[in-house]
Amino acid sequence: MIRLDAVEKRYQLGARPFTALQPTDLEVSAGEYLAITGPSGSGKSTLLNLIGLLDRPDAGQYCLDGQATENLQEEARAALRRRYIGFVFQAFHLVARLSAFENVELPLMLAGVPRRERRPRIEAVLARIGLSEVAEHRPGQLSGGQNQRVAIARAIVMNPRLLLADEPTGNLDQAAGAAVVELLEGLNRDGMTVLMVTHNPELAARCRRRIRLVDGCIVEDSPSWDRSTA
Amino acid sequence: MGPVDRLSFNAQLLKRHRVRALLLVLTIAIGVASVVMLTAVGEGARRYVVREFSALGSELLIILPGRIETSGGAPPLYGTTPRDLTLEDAQALSLLSGVVRVAPVLAGTARVSRGARARDVVIIGSTPALFPVRDLRLAQGRGLPAAAANRAQPVCVLGDTLARALFDGASPMYQWVRIGDRRFRVIGVLQTAGEHLGMDLRDMAVIPARSAEQLFDTQSLFRILVQLEGPAQQAAVEARVRALIRERHDGEDDVTLISQDALLATFDRILRMLTLILGAIAAISLVVAGVLIMNLSLISVAQRRAEIGLLKALGASARQVRRLFLDEALLLAALGAGAGLLLGEAAVAVALRLLPQFPFAAPLWADLAAVAVALLCGALFAWWPASQAARLDPVRALRGLA
Ligand SMILES: Nc1ncnc2c1ncn2[C@@H]1O[C@H](COP(=O)(O)OP(=O)(O)OP(=O)(O)O)[C@@H](O)[C@H]1O
Ligand SMILES: [Mg+2]
Repeated sequence: MIRLDAVEKRYQLGARPFTALQPTDLEVSAGEYLAITGPSGSGKSTLLNLIGLLDRPDAGQYCLDGQATENLQEEARAALRRRYIGFVFQAFHLVARLSAFENVELPLMLAGVPRRERRPRIEAVLARIGLSEVAEHRPGQLSGGQNQRVAIARAIVMNPRLLLADEPTGNLDQAAGAAVVELLEGLNRDGMTVLMVTHNPELAARCRRRIRLVDGCIVEDSPSWDRSTA
Repeated sequence: MGPVDRLSFNAQLLKRHRVRALLLVLTIAIGVASVVMLTAVGEGARRYVVREFSALGSELLIILPGRIETSGGAPPLYGTTPRDLTLEDAQALSLLSGVVRVAPVLAGTARVSRGARARDVVIIGSTPALFPVRDLRLAQGRGLPAAAANRAQPVCVLGDTLARALFDGASPMYQWVRIGDRRFRVIGVLQTAGEHLGMDLRDMAVIPARSAEQLFDTQSLFRILVQLEGPAQQAAVEARVRALIRERHDGEDDVTLISQDALLATFDRILRMLTLILGAIAAISLVVAGVLIMNLSLISVAQRRAEIGLLKALGASARQVRRLFLDEALLLAALGAGAGLLLGEAAVAVALRLLPQFPFAAPLWADLAAVAVALLCGALFAWWPASQAARLDPVRALRGLA
């Protein structure tokens, strides 16, 4: 489903270029549940942003579902993000003035889903995530765990095939983090491909496959035994 | 993202920044209202003039002594002193075909008194034809009698202000008043008709032309009003009038003809132009409002960078983001334009109450143009900030970076 060939990302830091992601190969099949670990600054978010079509690589090739993405116009990339990819951000990134319901409504709105179809879809997602009672609350009135779940609801309301979660438990305590991870595991069981960045080794251990990044390089990939034991 | 979605999204946004939105709406409203009010004054002036002219009857030809046209012809042979227009000229004119009525006008000022009350006013010497020609209506009594057409008679018709000043509520009918050193009997009082081309008909007296000749000791007419049969043959009748006067004035073309229509058309054109200019001046304030819109949009884009990044990450295309920000400005402009229309029309309504004789009215085109300019300014000045928002890189924007 995801196929990176020598994908590289460089940033210009002052005068000298800085390689955030060394040329990287990575293949992820549909239905996988993958944890990305690594120290801070190792390029995990960079990798996720590239996979999520939020960023363009400076070199290499990225195929999403067999489709090369280098030459796609911005418009087409946005359309792919809309329909294909759900993104959960480390910092929630909820719109403060909108209620939980309205935040979840955003992707449906952007995708042009008719109004009357939205309500049942949003309600179903919120119910699944256990947020039905707080649907009309604003992010400021919700706990961190609730906000993260709103963010997940927003990421999955379009029923994307690919869910990218950048440290979805980073701001949460143990219990709330566990609940979020269970949620992601449930989504994966239902067929969604899930890529999750995490610093938490326990959570990573629950994933069927783990990759570890250090200084922009994949130094460890544990697909074989994970897959065979699954 | 459909228009309804964008509207509700932006409505929520404006509700959130209520004060800022209100101030901007107010700015635009003032701009639109000033266009409405200023064009209402211009259009009011136009209607006022048109109405005053139409009150004279549209088939009116005014003959003035002396040639004041500068048509570039040869100068008159015998100096520049024109011959007087006389009652005889007027009588001759009334026999021309195509002419319905002729009202000579002799004018002067004199003291009108009754007992201890006195007033210096304009005295018009004319014939019975004056009343139909100038569409003068009577509140009491009648106009000049037919016998006064060519004869001095001690009768007069008073304007209503004058009548009230002299008689203080008592009936002036068939009372004697003194005009200059002569006595006249009041046979009628004019209805309030307002001003007609600068002459206050309410404060004057009409007496037979021959009486005025004696009173002012002159035969020279102030002007002759000629009512034509219809507009169809106006040019032909004008030519006949000119020929007749030339014949009676020893071959000299020493009068000026003013046709009602030509004058009206000129005033109409001038005042329309004036209205347009007033509107354009007022529209400048809309441009100022546009700059404010731009400022607000830039602030909005800067403040909402993370939100823009989010929208893009969620799959908003650059076009969608631009539309969203343009719509915000357009929504503000539309609200401002609506408020401005209400404000302007309310001001016009108040002005109409205060000055009922002046027909203030914002022309429809001005209303529409004001709204259009407001929307256009909104879109134009928000374009650049909206494009900036649309260009933002999602990853950087999510971090709040430009
Ligand atoms: N816009 C940028 N400009 C310059 N350097 C950047 C930019 N974005 C990221 N970097 C650099 O790239 C490197 C990788 O960043 P990245 O955000 O991918 O790290 P990360 O593994 O997600 O770290 P963390 O676990 O702290 O989130 C970092 O050293 C960072 O400084
Ligand atoms: Mg990161």
